Amino acid sequence: MNYADLFRVTLPETALEIAALLVLVADLAFLRKASLQAREMVASILGVVGCGAAVALLPLHAGGGVSYPGSTELMLSTGGYSAIAQVGILMLTVLTLFLVIGSEFTQHVGEYVAVLLMAATGGLLISGAQDLLVIFVGLELLSLGLYILTAFAKSSEKSAEGAMKYYLFGGMSAAFLLFGFSYLYGLTGSTNLHEIMRGLYSGNVQSASPLLYVALVMVAAGLGFKVAAVPFHLWAPDTYEGAPAPAAAFIASVSKVASFALLIGIGTAAVHVFDNLRNASTVTFVVGPIPKYVGFAGPWSVVVTLIAVGSMVLGNLAALAQTSVRRLLAYSAIAHAGYILLALGYFSHSTASTNAVLYYILTYGLTTVGAFGAVAVVERNGGSDRMDAFLGLYKRNGLLAAVMMVLFLSLAGIPPLVGFWAKFNLFAAVLGVNRGVVPFTIVALAVAMSAVSLYYYLQVLKRVFVMPAADPTPMKGNLVTMGVLVVIALAVVVLGCLPGLLQAWMGSFYAGM
Amino acid sequence: MLAWTIYISFAGALILALMPKGNAALARWFALAVAATGFAIAIAGFAAGAGQGRVTIVDLPWVASMGIRFTLAADGISRVLVLLTGLAATAGVLFSWNIETRTNEFFAFFLALIGGVYGVFLSFDLFLLFVFYEIAIVPKYFLIAIWGSTRREYAAMKLALYSFVGSAMVLIGLLAAYATSGSHSTGLVDLANANLPVSFQMWAFPLVFIGFGILAGLWPFHTWAPTGHVAAPTAASMLLAGVVMKLGAYGCLRVAIGLFPHGLDAWGWSFLGIGSWRDVFALLAVIGIVYGALVALAQSDFKFVIGYSSVSHMGFVLLGLVTLKQIGVTGAVLQMFSHGVIAGLLFAIVGRVVYERTHTRQLDELEAMHLGKRLPFAAWAFVIAGCASMGLPGFSGFIAELQVLVGSWNAKPWWTVAAGIGIVIGVAYTWRALQKAFFSDRLPRPDEHPKEGWPKFDPITWPEIAATALLIAATVLVGVYPRVLLDSIEPAVRSLLAGGMQ
Amino acid sequence: MNGIPLLTLITVLPVAGAAIALFSGRHARGVAQVTGVIALVLSVVVWLHLPADGSIGLEELKPWAPSLGIQYHLGVDGLGALMLILSALVSLMSIDAAHRVHHEPGLFFALVLLLEAGLFGSFTALNFFHWFIFWELSLIPAFFLIKLWGGTRRGPAATQFFVYTIAGSVALLLGFLAVFLSTGSMEFGQLAQMAANGTLEQQVTAHLGHVMMWLAIGVLAGFAVKVPLAPFHTWLPAAYAEAPSPVTMLLTGAMSKMGVYGLLRIALPLFGAQIAQIRTPLLVLAVITVVMGAWAAAAQKDLKRIFAYSSVNHLGYCLLAIFALAVPGGANVSVGTSQAAALNGVILQMFNHGLTAAALFWFLAMIQFRSGGLRGIDEFGGLRKPAPVFAGLMGIALFSSLGLPGLNGFVGEFLIFRGVFPLSWVAATVSVLGLLITAAVILTVIQKVFTGPVPERWASFPDLHGGERLGMAPVIGLMFLVGLVPQIVLEHVNPTVQYLLAHWRF
Repeated sequence: MNYADLFRVTLPETALEIAALLVLVADLAFLRKASLQAREMVASILGVVGCGAAVALLPLHAGGGVSYPGSTELMLSTGGYSAIAQVGILMLTVLTLFLVIGSEFTQHVGEYVAVLLMAATGGLLISGAQDLLVIFVGLELLSLGLYILTAFAKSSEKSAEGAMKYYLFGGMSAAFLLFGFSYLYGLTGSTNLHEIMRGLYSGNVQSASPLLYVALVMVAAGLGFKVAAVPFHLWAPDTYEGAPAPAAAFIASVSKVASFALLIGIGTAAVHVFDNLRNASTVTFVVGPIPKYVGFAGPWSVVVTLIAVGSMVLGNLAALAQTSVRRLLAYSAIAHAGYILLALGYFSHSTASTNAVLYYILTYGLTTVGAFGAVAVVERNGGSDRMDAFLGLYKRNGLLAAVMMVLFLSLAGIPPLVGFWAKFNLFAAVLGVNRGVVPFTIVALAVAMSAVSLYYYLQVLKRVFVMPAADPTPMKGNLVTMGVLVVIALAVVVLGCLPGLLQAWMGSFYAGM
Repeated sequence: MLAWTIYISFAGALILALMPKGNAALARWFALAVAATGFAIAIAGFAAGAGQGRVTIVDLPWVASMGIRFTLAADGISRVLVLLTGLAATAGVLFSWNIETRTNEFFAFFLALIGGVYGVFLSFDLFLLFVFYEIAIVPKYFLIAIWGSTRREYAAMKLALYSFVGSAMVLIGLLAAYATSGSHSTGLVDLANANLPVSFQMWAFPLVFIGFGILAGLWPFHTWAPTGHVAAPTAASMLLAGVVMKLGAYGCLRVAIGLFPHGLDAWGWSFLGIGSWRDVFALLAVIGIVYGALVALAQSDFKFVIGYSSVSHMGFVLLGLVTLKQIGVTGAVLQMFSHGVIAGLLFAIVGRVVYERTHTRQLDELEAMHLGKRLPFAAWAFVIAGCASMGLPGFSGFIAELQVLVGSWNAKPWWTVAAGIGIVIGVAYTWRALQKAFFSDRLPRPDEHPKEGWPKFDPITWPEIAATALLIAATVLVGVYPRVLLDSIEPAVRSLLAGGMQ
Repeated sequence: MNGIPLLTLITVLPVAGAAIALFSGRHARGVAQVTGVIALVLSVVVWLHLPADGSIGLEELKPWAPSLGIQYHLGVDGLGALMLILSALVSLMSIDAAHRVHHEPGLFFALVLLLEAGLFGSFTALNFFHWFIFWELSLIPAFFLIKLWGGTRRGPAATQFFVYTIAGSVALLLGFLAVFLSTGSMEFGQLAQMAANGTLEQQVTAHLGHVMMWLAIGVLAGFAVKVPLAPFHTWLPAAYAEAPSPVTMLLTGAMSKMGVYGLLRIALPLFGAQIAQIRTPLLVLAVITVVMGAWAAAAQKDLKRIFAYSSVNHLGYCLLAIFALAVPGGANVSVGTSQAAALNGVILQMFNHGLTAAALFWFLAMIQFRSGGLRGIDEFGGLRKPAPVFAGLMGIALFSSLGLPGLNGFVGEFLIFRGVFPLSWVAATVSVLGLLITAAVILTVIQKVFTGPVPERWASFPDLHGGERLGMAPVIGLMFLVGLVPQIVLEHVNPTVQYLLAHWRF
């Protein structure tokens, strides 16, 4: 093991950790007497600097990474999709850090920011992980941080409840995940993704084992939990409702980006397994009363697609009935996860699917951070996130209303906002892989569900723009928060009108690969 | 040059949104300036393009990796419809002169809607067309939900969802066509030349046709239309019935028929005389004509009469389109223009001139009000508009409907018969509405007659007169000299039917 | 005259006049009168420039919507030009009669002028589209004139008028549409030629099957409502009675002639063979119209209704002649002479009846005005004592309606019977009944209104004053002129008749 290599590759993570420690030190040692506002400022800025440093230190070239001792296989890969995801995570972390300024849910600012940064570290790790154990470590680092962040609003019982549910659920899913990983190891004798894939393909029908199923389902359960896919989604509404707004923003954006990057990694490994294989046996077929599969990609696609369809449908339908905007956002997150999982179920050899997924999750994350920022402003002024708290927002704070219009319409997929392009790109990628009846029907279902989603997004916008205000006093938003929201809204519009920008940027990461 | 109609509309919308609130007059005049400028550009572009085929205005790569380009072009059909939009926009602003609440936002949404409509008519890239098509949905929702009347929130949501579902279907078709053609390009010309397999076209065509047809008021997906039109404020109804429904029809022509022409071929088997998608949609169109007319005849709300009459008239457009004959499709496009103007006029009279003064739309109540004497402007304007709507010669509707009937006769005679019945019923419901609302002889009952005598109505304002005159002039001009539009439409239709997206 | 689009001018003139009259308020009548006079002068100019051989003259031809076979094609022959003069004359008379329009005079005269424009347009059109526009558009002013200024039961009368006429128009339109679909042409001249050499029926049969007869019936139905032909006449008495008298003058004087004109210009040339096939039932209907019209007039107590039914009767003679001259098979010389006589008679009758009926209703309006609205036949008596000039002039008009030789009414009816007797003596004989009953009716009117003892209240019945005499004199003079010297009309009508008959085939 080349520790120098490992250190070099994990410099960004190190930067974040150092930043986290610095924040803690600054807050606990020097700022005890300062006002909450000032402490939040300092912590955030330090965190932002740390993220900036991490971005600067990111190895951007594709193909690099840390390999196992005595092997050419990578433990951690860099560049390509990993780098895109990592930059995305860091940008979103910056935005959620800015959201902390002006919030009042906790006095323990330093701890909050530190935990957040550490969780972000976990996310960075997962993005490039190619080894089951590295995946698990990163995942746990991320998750534990998120549980703590959810519980941070100590005066709110919802926060505690959400965190508890998140923790219990998360713990169980981690167990499932590990169990599945252990089976994968057992079936193939390796913990490296690529070697696992190869191992699963090298067998023949007789030696194919139904244990692969178990493993896949377990892994799907564990990872599905992270992305809040049906039927592992039950934590999401309560967590989104209970967590303090900046934390919810972080959960909804950064952890999703990381998790999907991980799923991309698995998918890429599954699809590229034939690149180095001399003789590949048949991919999948069914024999006997209990189907046996050879190879990973086939059953994995099936499982992922099933989860995707379930998420799309249930997420959208359940959102229809919500009266709390946070829960609405939670169910919509489930739905969006469903769309993205579709592209993971139909994964292409080229970078088309990867790009589509990353584009979607990055822009979705951006939009969600904005959404939660808006929710935060409303909550600080009215105390509640129910739909009625948004009544007459166009009068109370026109800028906020405009931002909400942009963000929610983007979530609904209305052009020329970026949400539309992300969806279009995604569906085009899916159909580019397979033009058959089944994927087509599923895409049609996704589009139909998207139409359903317009209804509940419009319900919120109806409160904002159409219905008269219950309380017409003007609503003030914190300057930094409003600034962040405006930047996000502008980005949503610009990226929507010029989708080539983000695509070109993402494409630049593959140069040299 | 025509592309500027899009740009200034959106720019105007943005400026209006940012303008300081409270100065309603400034907002109105600005909106009028923008709309009128757009109209002027449309006329100039129409005149400049007359005699030329398809003229490409802008063609820039947009998302080059996927073959999506920002392509704006105009052929004869586009130019005519852009002209209609300019006209409807100007008239709409004039008829909304009396909006006092949230005036800035009203005109901002209005101009955004107009910009989207211009965009659809000028797009020659399917993706771009779809983007503009979707952009038009959101302003519609807010226009109805905020400034509308009867059950406005329900109507707005219904309209938005129906439109979105329709566009979802189109999106699926778009994705499918894009994928099937090899994911090289989304240009309309490219996709038309992509030799999409017939089996693909067989199901893509009805999907996209219905998707656009929902917005065009294809029976039985039309139910959003009467509710929406009635609930919408006057300018929005004018735009909805006048222009937005034409978006759907245009999409049916340009996209569904243009890209998937083989979807209209015979299936090889027939059931009860229906042997192709063409027969199916012709049947639906004819049902729409007759059903819309019959239901309009039974309405007690004045605006509902007009709303259902729109469904009936749009049936003519759709019927003309599926005849696939030169004369039928020409008639359909002409009917798009004609009905756009006439429907705008009708809704304006009913909504702005009558309803805002009498505060009722119930024909029974209007009967007692002797509006023929007290609102002569409305009465006579409605007479003219009603004659135009009935399809009397001398107005634009006559030529258009005649062409559609001739075209449908050449295709399948019984469609013509049924459509003709629709025209006759059309005369009946227009007649009934005219009689009851304006020229009734019924004396008011004691409980209807106010104790202090009939109140005086607000005088007719100059914007109302100007806009009414504009619309009447348009329909009479086209009625008396149809060549002014037919010279542009006919060559464009000819080349489209010849498979000439080339 | 070359280069000046006279016919377009004459059609546009009333429209312009209408626009001015609409905003002239109290001066609307003056504007209308000026317009009417100019129109009359122009129509006489047209008459004087007719070609001598009876063919179509003063043609104007421009393409309008070529894909639909629609052209802007105007032209007149003797028939059309005479109708122009008649329309102008009757319109002017109607405007003169309308000197007490209290309610919205601007709108009233604008509508009258628009109606006049509609008349001019339909008499000069040579392409179906153009003709149909004016046919339909003349409905609207007529409807509103009845609806807004009419009598107590004007609502139902106006509606009935509208519905009947529209229904007829629909039938017409469908028929013509079918013709267009088969031939691609909407030109009257071209279609007449095709009908004459048989290609019309061929093409229709080729495209649509054996529907020629149905088309003929449809087209006939459209005109049958307008003229009217029994049993499609039921709208007429109510409409004529409820309309204000000036409007009734227009309705009976000119609008009903649109129907007859249509039969002559469209139905007979294009569907001559079909009409010949169903000649007998048509003759029966015509005879019924004649006799029933007269009989019903005899039963009325309201002068206006008497005159209304009498109009039905008089127009029935036109229909009689038209159907009678559709003799199937080849024409021989004697048939030809009779046909010519009948056709001359029809055209003359159109003119004469228009003039006379308009004059009669005008007189009736004067009676109504002087009597405070009364117009029952039994209300009056011995009016020739207090108002001898009135009685004299109205008597002349009444005798003209009766058909007294020396007055214009005789010439038309004589020629009609001269022509119809050889062609269908049964129909002619039965129709004589109509003549007799009409005579009885007219004489009764004269007797009851003008002769006999004068009731107390009419002792000071005002006579015609100067202005009215001035207005009436030319009309009465014309009645004598045409009655005594019909050549002035026949000079252009007869060549046209010869030309038409030469080109028609039955």
